[in-house]
Amino acid sequence: MYGKGIWDGLKVTLRHFVQSYIDDLRWGKKRYYTEEGVAHRRSTDTAGIFTVQYPEEKLPVPEEFRFLPFLVYEELEDGTQQDLCTSCGICAKVCPPQCIWIVQVNDPETGRPVPEPEEFFIDMDICMNCGFCAEFCPFDAIKMDHDYEMSVYKRHDKNIFNKAKLSKSLTYYASIRPKNFAVEDAIRKEKAAKKAARQRGS
Amino acid sequence: MTDEVQVLDDPIVARFPDYVRADDRNGFEGYIVAGEHLLAFAQAVRDEMGYDFLSSLTAVDYFSEDEGAESFFEVVYHVYKSTGGGALVFSVQVPRETPVVPSLYHLFPGADFQEREAWDLMGIQFEGHPNLKRILMWEGFEGHPLRKDWQEAYYEEELKPFGNRWPGGEVYRIEDKRPFGKNVDYPAGFDPMQWQSEAEKAVYDSLSKSQYEDDDRLETDEIVVNLGPQHPSTHGVFRVVVRLDGETITGLEPVMGYLHRNHEKIGERNTFIMNIPFTDRLDYLSSMSNNFGYALAVEKLMPRVSVPERAEYIRVIMAELTRISNHLWAIGFLLNDMGAFFTPSLYAIEERELILDLFEAVAGSRMMCNYFRFGGVSRDLSEDALQLARSLAYDRLPRKIGELDSYLTNNEIVRTRCEGVGVLTPEEAIAYSAAGPILRASGVPYDVRRADPYSIYDRFDFDVAVRYHGDVYDRYLIRLDEIYQSIRILQQAVKDIPEGPFMGGRSQYQVRVPAGESYGRVEGPKGELGFYIVSNGKANPWRYHIRAPSFINLTAMEKMCLGQKVADVVVVLGSIDIVLGETDR
Repeated sequence: MYGKGIWDGLKVTLRHFVQSYIDDLRWGKKRYYTEEGVAHRRSTDTAGIFTVQYPEEKLPVPEEFRFLPFLVYEELEDGTQQDLCTSCGICAKVCPPQCIWIVQVNDPETGRPVPEPEEFFIDMDICMNCGFCAEFCPFDAIKMDHDYEMSVYKRHDKNIFNKAKLSKSLTYYASIRPKNFAVEDAIRKEKAAKKAARQRGS
Repeated sequence: MTDEVQVLDDPIVARFPDYVRADDRNGFEGYIVAGEHLLAFAQAVRDEMGYDFLSSLTAVDYFSEDEGAESFFEVVYHVYKSTGGGALVFSVQVPRETPVVPSLYHLFPGADFQEREAWDLMGIQFEGHPNLKRILMWEGFEGHPLRKDWQEAYYEEELKPFGNRWPGGEVYRIEDKRPFGKNVDYPAGFDPMQWQSEAEKAVYDSLSKSQYEDDDRLETDEIVVNLGPQHPSTHGVFRVVVRLDGETITGLEPVMGYLHRNHEKIGERNTFIMNIPFTDRLDYLSSMSNNFGYALAVEKLMPRVSVPERAEYIRVIMAELTRISNHLWAIGFLLNDMGAFFTPSLYAIEERELILDLFEAVAGSRMMCNYFRFGGVSRDLSEDALQLARSLAYDRLPRKIGELDSYLTNNEIVRTRCEGVGVLTPEEAIAYSAAGPILRASGVPYDVRRADPYSIYDRFDFDVAVRYHGDVYDRYLIRLDEIYQSIRILQQAVKDIPEGPFMGGRSQYQVRVPAGESYGRVEGPKGELGFYIVSNGKANPWRYHIRAPSFINLTAMEKMCLGQKVADVVVVLGSIDIVLGETDR
């Protein structure tokens, strides 16, 4: 019968329409502006309205989410900040848009390179968030951030980040990527223990 | 072809002993044909040997500044049999001073845009091409950008990594050093204020090349209409120039290049691994498939790299999820183009959203996944993500695609609008090098996953979807069929995925790629996606070419549209399903 296809299609639209109300009624106020509600709306058994009301509601980002790199520092017991970066330059070499600049320092007395960067710049305008720097850093010193709300009014003045602006603490890193941090921390501790054992032995 | 006896026994060399010889360079395969005999050879290849599908045509600049070393251009052709099997590769070498090669336009119409691209970017003159003008750059542009001695506007250094980044770290923006206006080379005597574009005239003139005759029509004047560049149905910045007789299309020419960023030149400056995130930005709706093609092409050159089982399964899962999400997008926006404003596309995108969530959890990004590495993938598939993939494959997707099917497939308006529109016969589809859903909707059951299997696709039980009318409606149906087949593959893959490593060896930031050429192709969602790579054993690829399905499928667009009404252009374009990031590169 002519028109049956259209009618069948409209039934689907109608079902979607009704379903959004059924789901709203079933969940009540919990469906919007709560973590539980957001989690439900992005699960595979969701029905009805999908929309997340950004910025009032935000989707939680998964642990592996990557957006712009930052440098990790360790807080020592005396309160100073120890960069994990040794300015080896691998991140600058692997960076596809070449947006990382590192100044390596030499010891004034011996003339040999000191394993920490004097300055570290990343041009956030041309960073393509690929995550290679974090992936290939042998010292776990550069990591990808979760903070994606970065808009500024003047990109030319503000978007080349220097070391001070890039540095974030190890505690912050542990808070955004707990699983990765646990793995890396275990390896780091093991290495430190081995080193200590070697020093005792010698 | 290292074995002497094999060379003598080679049937193709034996057939044309005078002007064909096997390519004996290290890492190369195929044949080198003398330029003046190319047409005869290509004709024999097509008609006698059955290699009727011209997959890729590109040029390589073997430029050397060393004294004594030979500099020449090489035009490389990859042809396949439309019944399946491996490639026949042949090439023509021409001197850099007089780069003239006979055009294959009349033997393989699919060479049309590819030859124009090679002329535009490399400056190869194809003799006998009826419409040889620039395609990606603008008419009046100076130089041919892919030549090795050409430098781009914000040129810094020949190869990455750039020297000043470390250990000196002197930070500056390159656009501050070469400010706008001083960064471009103009032809001699060029005055931008006085210059009049010849491009418009060239485009309008070229419309008269096609002859559409219909004796029943009234005598009327013809008019030329521009659809785009700014037009919501062109899926980006893309322009179609049509010549109309009343409402009937008598000539059509796609005009592209508005989003051109010379991806291939960037790729040749990059190191091998740096290209992976750049491939994400080709067809940005299906970045996992692009990664897959590039990884395959490079892995072919690296005999020591082997991909572990688990990584193969992860790759297949990701590629099939990409196909589903891409086809959902294509169907949704085809309906959008037809005037079903956004309800169908939003229903389709809901499912895509869940797939993108999975990508984000696994790869770290929703669209720019950057997930594949040479020899595996960058991260393991966590148990949570696998659980999501399972519930998508077994429960959510089949149910929801079924709903989409019942929502649209039998809709009378959709059928009236699509059936019999934009027809491409099987012979035409093969001749125009159409690939993917376009080819299969025309009744040619050609799917790279079956015809020339890569990765572990030979293990899965699935059918090659095929439809026989070759019209827009069949191109819509074939995408639904392919989604069902992808779900079948997914169900098998998430069931069988083994435990184990996800990376063969350690992921290296400096990859050693032995010298040679390779052509890796995958069945991307939009068609056959190929990467042609020439390595000279150094850290950067010497040549990096992409056979972009969106770009080459447009070659057949004029054929599909001739004789149709002007309103059908939008629907036909929607059914080809292009992404401008890939078309323009």
